Amino acid sequence: MKEISLHILDLVQNSIRANASIIELTVEEDTGKKDFLKVALKDNGCGMSKEMAEAVKNPFVTTRTTRKVGLGIPMFKTGCEMCGGSFSIESEEGVGTYLEGIYRHSHIDRPPLGDMADTMLLLIISNQQTRFVYTHKVNGEEYTLDTDELKRILGGDIPLDDPDVTGFIKDFLVNNETELYGGM
Amino acid sequence: MKTLQELEAIRQKKINELNLRESTEGNIRVVVGLATCGIAAGARPVMTAFVEEVSKRQLNNVTVSQTGCIGMCRLEPIVEVLEPGKEKVTYCKVKPEQVSRIVAEHIVNGNPVVEYTIGSYE
Repeated sequence: MKEISLHILDLVQNSIRANASIIELTVEEDTGKKDFLKVALKDNGCGMSKEMAEAVKNPFVTTRTTRKVGLGIPMFKTGCEMCGGSFSIESEEGVGTYLEGIYRHSHIDRPPLGDMADTMLLLIISNQQTRFVYTHKVNGEEYTLDTDELKRILGGDIPLDDPDVTGFIKDFLVNNETELYGGM
Repeated sequence: MKTLQELEAIRQKKINELNLRESTEGNIRVVVGLATCGIAAGARPVMTAFVEEVSKRQLNNVTVSQTGCIGMCRLEPIVEVLEPGKEKVTYCKVKPEQVSRIVAEHIVNGNPVVEYTIGSYE
């Protein structure tokens, strides 16, 4: 994975497969003294036992039957740890899962965050039943996109993957992402 | 700063169009494999290309969605096109540059792009 946003796209698939109805994703960056980039993902899916939450860090553990390896979490974890950061996962059956990965922002091997707008857009339009609450913070500045707000404005009859709505969501994300980094 | 207010205007416009849309028949589904293998092989730009192409052409009867790993990781990115009443067509090792042709020839005109399909690759 060349971008952190690709890891995020991948990790969220786990939450979707766990039938989560609310997925909260927070990306926090501090380029100052604290020097970190944190990805926090919280869902209200089916959750896992304590043993399973520990076991998924192993690449040879997966619930799927098409192949024997599950690389999503181990690759993300290794990436974080190789960049002077850490990874943790907590889960409770019937409640949900919380996972968190931290990179040292200035580490030379830290992958770029990448295109968060694309990642979020694809997640939102292909999982319209799921509520996504995405927050991106950079050095104290932040913005949030909550798909429940979009649905409230649109009412029940216009889907999120309507071409005009898709265009709007993409513009909204690209605009806010650019502004976070001080560009316009 | 982009605000959600613009969405209100889109809604008004859409409500007026809504009656026109109801006649769209035969929903076509485009399914992109978005598991770890697919994403690592470059499925995200492919899916983005489909979303953009479908939106550009205002194809209201097409939905772009995602699925997990179908077990042929070496052939990712894999895209399946499902049309009601027709056999499923599977494209493999799809590149974003190929997407506009698949949309034009297959989704709009109904002729699968045989040379990109898994059948001609294998």
